[in-house]
Amino acid sequence: MSVVPGSMQDVYPPTTRPHERGRGIWGMWLFIGTEAMLFALLFFAYFYLMASRTQWPLEKDPSYSYALILLAILLTSSFVASWAERGIKEHGNLGRLNVGLGLTLLLGIAFLGVQYIEYQHKLKELLPTDHAYGSVFYTITSLHLAHVIVGMLMLTFVFARGLAGHFNKERHLAVKNAVLYWHFVDVVWIFIVSIIYLSPHFYGGN
Amino acid sequence: MAESATLHDRLTEIWSDPPNIYGKLATIDHKKIGKRYIVTAIAFLLIAGLEAVLMRIQLIGPNVDFLSAEAYNQIMTMHGTTMIFWYAAPILSGFANYLVPMLIGARDMAFPRLNAFTYWTFLFSGVLLYISPLLGSAPRGGWFAYVPFTNDFYSPTIGMDFFAFSLMLLTVSTTAGAINLIATIFRLRAPGMSVDRMPLFLWSTSTTQFVIVFSLPALTAALVLLELDRLWGFHFYDSGAAGDPLLWLQLFWFFGHPWVYIIFLPATGMISMVLPVFCRRPIVGYTWVALATVLTGLVGFGVWVHHMFTTGLPQVSMGFFSGASMTISIFTTIQVFAWVATIWTGRPVLKAPMLFALGFIILIVIGGLSGVMTAVIPFDWQLHDTYFVVGHIHFVLIGANVFPVFAALYYWLPKMTGRIMNERLARWNFGLMFTGMLVGFFTMHITGFLGMPRRIFTYSAASGWTVANFITTVGAGIFVIGVLIGIFNFFYSRKYGLPAGNNPWNADTLEWSSTSPPPIYGVERIPTVASRHPLWDEHKEEDDPENRRVLDDGKQTLATTGVDAHDGFVARMPGETVVPLVTGLALFGLCLALLFKLLWLALGFAVATAIAIAYWMWPKDKELIA
Repeated sequence: MSVVPGSMQDVYPPTTRPHERGRGIWGMWLFIGTEAMLFALLFFAYFYLMASRTQWPLEKDPSYSYALILLAILLTSSFVASWAERGIKEHGNLGRLNVGLGLTLLLGIAFLGVQYIEYQHKLKELLPTDHAYGSVFYTITSLHLAHVIVGMLMLTFVFARGLAGHFNKERHLAVKNAVLYWHFVDVVWIFIVSIIYLSPHFYGGN
Repeated sequence: MAESATLHDRLTEIWSDPPNIYGKLATIDHKKIGKRYIVTAIAFLLIAGLEAVLMRIQLIGPNVDFLSAEAYNQIMTMHGTTMIFWYAAPILSGFANYLVPMLIGARDMAFPRLNAFTYWTFLFSGVLLYISPLLGSAPRGGWFAYVPFTNDFYSPTIGMDFFAFSLMLLTVSTTAGAINLIATIFRLRAPGMSVDRMPLFLWSTSTTQFVIVFSLPALTAALVLLELDRLWGFHFYDSGAAGDPLLWLQLFWFFGHPWVYIIFLPATGMISMVLPVFCRRPIVGYTWVALATVLTGLVGFGVWVHHMFTTGLPQVSMGFFSGASMTISIFTTIQVFAWVATIWTGRPVLKAPMLFALGFIILIVIGGLSGVMTAVIPFDWQLHDTYFVVGHIHFVLIGANVFPVFAALYYWLPKMTGRIMNERLARWNFGLMFTGMLVGFFTMHITGFLGMPRRIFTYSAASGWTVANFITTVGAGIFVIGVLIGIFNFFYSRKYGLPAGNNPWNADTLEWSSTSPPPIYGVERIPTVASRHPLWDEHKEEDDPENRRVLDDGKQTLATTGVDAHDGFVARMPGETVVPLVTGLALFGLCLALLFKLLWLALGFAVATAIAIAYWMWPKDKELIA
């Protein structure tokens, strides 16, 4: 007899019924979707303000050396985070997860430090209150900074749970979600580097 | 039956909240939260209605000296803002909260604690908005708050900051609710309820929630940039420093027009539920209605510029958005034809929900047509910023939101309270509201043709607008009396109405299979679904001798696959907690601190929020680790 949708064959008996893990992933993807839209709209604001100007950025093009260092840090941290996640997912290796998450957090702290130095230099030549370009530059980069901090809080939370021994090969949804968010933060930085830091040097802004 | 009684007792014990104040604050039950949502939204409807009455008294004749210009601006802003943001969408969230788990045969939402958080932040954001009039300065820039009028130079009062921060808090609430509803609809449907068997309310609600997820960030962005300009001297909207006021319009309407469908689509879903039950037949063109709903949501993202036809945009851009705006009316038309065909081929029973559904169809056709008129650019240029647009917005918002909501209240309140509404009062309620609409709000279109601009606090006798305004005030008064009779009916029937029984309307969907009001745990056994009309079809629930669908090992419900609703997984549910309330309070404090530029206090509230969320997410029970 074939399985009729909605009939009894469709429901496993309770003893063999697997536990549900899909809700959390749906939640995280939708959260990332709405956040991605927020950044997309801020990039729209950047281009919209640019469209009515003959000169953009309004002074000299932004220097990109720090931005590329930051990119290297974030990309490395994404790989490390993936390595940690695969440790628990494929091998159930809690030690590898904890080491990997710890390293990711250290790279996050390095990101905060380098961006602090970058802002120190940048604020000497450009203030957010100078004009609209300054406003949009600092709004986008500092909003990303806020997302790095939120991502690090998530990773810290998961790290603490890893130390408490919560995860195993089957149960590690929180790890998956936090690492997914960390990748998102990383991808946003790729867009910021391309649009804000690098593109003015190619279209010959100044 | 004896066994069933013990099952009832066991499930009640598992799902009940403590019977004290703590239990009330800590509840995460979707039915209680849904009812709170509905009551709170109706309270906001009444407050905003009172503001409308004040405005109509001011406009009853030329040069009336009832409100000052400044008071009028503030009351007008509060009226629009409250109606659009704190009534129209939240009332639909309330119905979705209450109904969605019952419609899909689940015991709660996918994230029950997030659901409680959603309600508390909605309530706190409304409180935040209404702190401003208590401080003597309400926002004054209209509900769409155009810059430069709303910048710190032209509107230096703190009311605008309350407007921005309360809306940001509401955005958090609405987005969280949207994510929750999507996860619920696509993870927790009863086995067998594949997407093509979903009640149409689920199609419209899920479409709407996707629209919320992708359009609300535009409002957040617009408001964040506004507050950076206002409080910290940034220059996004300042044309003197390379900024652009039109950026506000672009961002606001990129959110604003999808928002129109956010407060319209779930209401059409309600009508698609109510109408067939009272026509005693399935809806005509289920697939067409479902597709039209999804397409309305999608195309709704491509019409926002029709609010900006007078801002000097390039011709090509205006042509595209004019075309898109006319296209979107096709999808609503498909739905209207489906409803009309359902009435035509059915045997209509003119009970109160049906009356409001019929009123809705008439009003949405009028409001939709005046919408197509304003999508035509030369016409829009003539009528822009006149009372024609005010008439249009009231026809679509009252016609397509308030009337379906009243239909839904008459239809579903018997399920919530266990009592049928009084039919005689319902007829007065409907008759006065419908008459008031046609007398008062239709006249606004004519006032617009006579050239009266919107948002003026008075006019001279020589303008020739006196009669039209007088008629509008009378019509609005009739409308208000109708609404008040409806509210009275809800309280009256809750006490004196006839018992509703399980299924007073002989309806087809799963929420009617339980007692009225439903037990705290929802369903005893997770149902299985074999058609679009589970209570009308021949499918009988088989015996469940092995108790496969009982799920009484702690708080549990059944999860299935997203499209086909196959395979039962056990979804464990959390217990009651006050953490969502505490998190909401911390966010409320964060908004207030930022508003007054108390940065250290704001940091403190941010840390408190983070700690509350960490406590929330930390599993209290090893069994709950996913």
